[in-house]
Amino acid sequence: MTAIATAQEEPASTGTAPVDGSVVLEARDIVKELGHGAGKVRALKGVSLALNTGELTLLMGPSGSGKTTLLSILGCILTPTQGTLKVAGRLATGLTPEALARLRRSHVGFIFQSYNLFPTLTAEENVRLALDVRGERGSDAIVHAQRALHQVGLRHKLKSYPANLSGGEQQRVAVARSLVGAPSVILADEPTAALDSENGLAVMALLSQIAKDKSRAVLAVTHDPRTVPFADRILRIEDGLIVGEERRTEGVETVHELARNRKRKANA
Amino acid sequence: MFRVAMTLTLAFRNLFHDRVRLSVTLIGILFSIVLVAVQLGLYLGARGMIIAMIDRADGDLWIMAYGTKNFEEAQPIRARERYVALATPGVVSAIPLVTAFTDWRKPTGGSTLVVVIGADIEDGGLAPWNVVEGDVSALGVRDAVIVDKTYLAELGLKGVGDTAQVGASRVRVVGLTEGIRSFTVTPFIFTTLTRARSLIDMPSDNITYVLTKVAPGADIEKVRTDIQAKLPDSEVLTRAEFRARSINHWMFSTGAGVALIGGAVLGLIVGTVIVAQTLYSSTKDHLSEFATLRALGSSSGYIHKVILMQAGLSAVFGYVLGMSIALTIVYLSEHTALPIIMSPGLAALLLALTFAMCAISAISAIGKVMRIDPAMVFNR
Repeated sequence: MTAIATAQEEPASTGTAPVDGSVVLEARDIVKELGHGAGKVRALKGVSLALNTGELTLLMGPSGSGKTTLLSILGCILTPTQGTLKVAGRLATGLTPEALARLRRSHVGFIFQSYNLFPTLTAEENVRLALDVRGERGSDAIVHAQRALHQVGLRHKLKSYPANLSGGEQQRVAVARSLVGAPSVILADEPTAALDSENGLAVMALLSQIAKDKSRAVLAVTHDPRTVPFADRILRIEDGLIVGEERRTEGVETVHELARNRKRKANA
Repeated sequence: MFRVAMTLTLAFRNLFHDRVRLSVTLIGILFSIVLVAVQLGLYLGARGMIIAMIDRADGDLWIMAYGTKNFEEAQPIRARERYVALATPGVVSAIPLVTAFTDWRKPTGGSTLVVVIGADIEDGGLAPWNVVEGDVSALGVRDAVIVDKTYLAELGLKGVGDTAQVGASRVRVVGLTEGIRSFTVTPFIFTTLTRARSLIDMPSDNITYVLTKVAPGADIEKVRTDIQAKLPDSEVLTRAEFRARSINHWMFSTGAGVALIGGAVLGLIVGTVIVAQTLYSSTKDHLSEFATLRALGSSSGYIHKVILMQAGLSAVFGYVLGMSIALTIVYLSEHTALPIIMSPGLAALLLALTFAMCAISAISAIGKVMRIDPAMVFNR
């Protein structure tokens, strides 16, 4: 079962044209050099891409292809050596670390491979922390955090500490944390890599559902083939360059849509 | 409704996450506070003992031998200087006072050095205070002296009624005071002016000090200048000047105060190093969490706040524990020859020093966090 149809072959540096929804993140000619002197490596060699609202985009490629470096730049964590980046219409290049942090907390949500939850905080507190750094405090913050956890199916685990949650539950807390600030872009780094098949699919289904929000784009870096059926678009990266883009063809259902339609039919 | 700030929650949980490290931090702060409290408390106690007689004596101006360094060690002056002072406009009273070191022969055998203080009670110059047994008026009785309870064993006495010998004279204890102690650990012996002269073998036309009381509203400085002009061989000091001179002599010229303050500084340094070390290692352990915070978009100020709160919480817990032990030591030292004083001012100073020590300790941890590469969140 494949829900992704290969789009037209495009040259490197593709994906700039919004197809469905508006562009919330736009990178142009991104070059990133890592290291110094003889050890200097060109990790990204001129990447251009755009992320559109309402889409789940997968960034796939082999190890060392520059996926994580690109994700770090798109998330305003690393700054590119060359090129420009716009997030939610704001230019992110040439900013100070504090200005980049402001941009991240206003517009970017992260999901990490190892969840990166705070072991000393409960699920609710972990989610609330993302609001706290944005200056959202008080009872509203608690309500928002609980709502986000409810959205990912963890209403019953509000007071649980990460150590008492399964890997899948921890990743869902991380998803709730990325969601709670209503960011324009959610960037996920190998979100299923540490999960078993069932939990991995559940998390991808969740991301796919989140991506349906027309105010938000989701990009997941992955090399997990199980994630492909959930994607609206796949960008392939190799050796620091985007080498191809595949887009789900109009009328072809994603796994998510297939399941939903089957359920509707069964109910009918 | 009151809610604990997330930064405080995070700081608190980080702190209590590793109990062993927390214990080391608290022991470091506790050790530091106790050491500083004892050293500074000893300093305050010593200071109090040095100036006690000057503060209790009823004199705005002290006339004394030129170059007198402190209350106990003074050369005699002529008794007629009292009348010169009395003849100066603005002077209400001029009371003679005698002090000198001499030998006390214990009834149990052996001898010890004492400071005899002679003043006539009816003059109101310098009478023993905190009398817990006997009565000051009993000093009028033949051979009568009053001593402090602290020094009973040192003087070979059991209590009121015991006798001893000073010089060629016999003395009888008619009263006991509590808490009148000497910085030199030399017991004070209170008696009358005449008996004091006799005990220390001082000629009857000699005294040690003239305590001069200035009329209300009179210009003390002018009175001092006038007396000084008439007594060029003596020195006339205000109470504050004599206090400062005595403190300066005992605490700084002898090096005693420097040793106490040096010990306190050492305590602070050791405490700061221990707290800095544990806070740094705690921060290092939580570095990936701080990197996650940074990736979530927190400002560096937010992260600094968490670290400073950790330091602040350590300070509060360490202070409470340290002060409990320090106050116990203060209580136990209350009746010894070298009491440790804990004043509200010292308690507040210790609190401020503890917070300062922990804040300084946080600098190295903050420095470490400042160098975080937020991209490390992808490499965990």
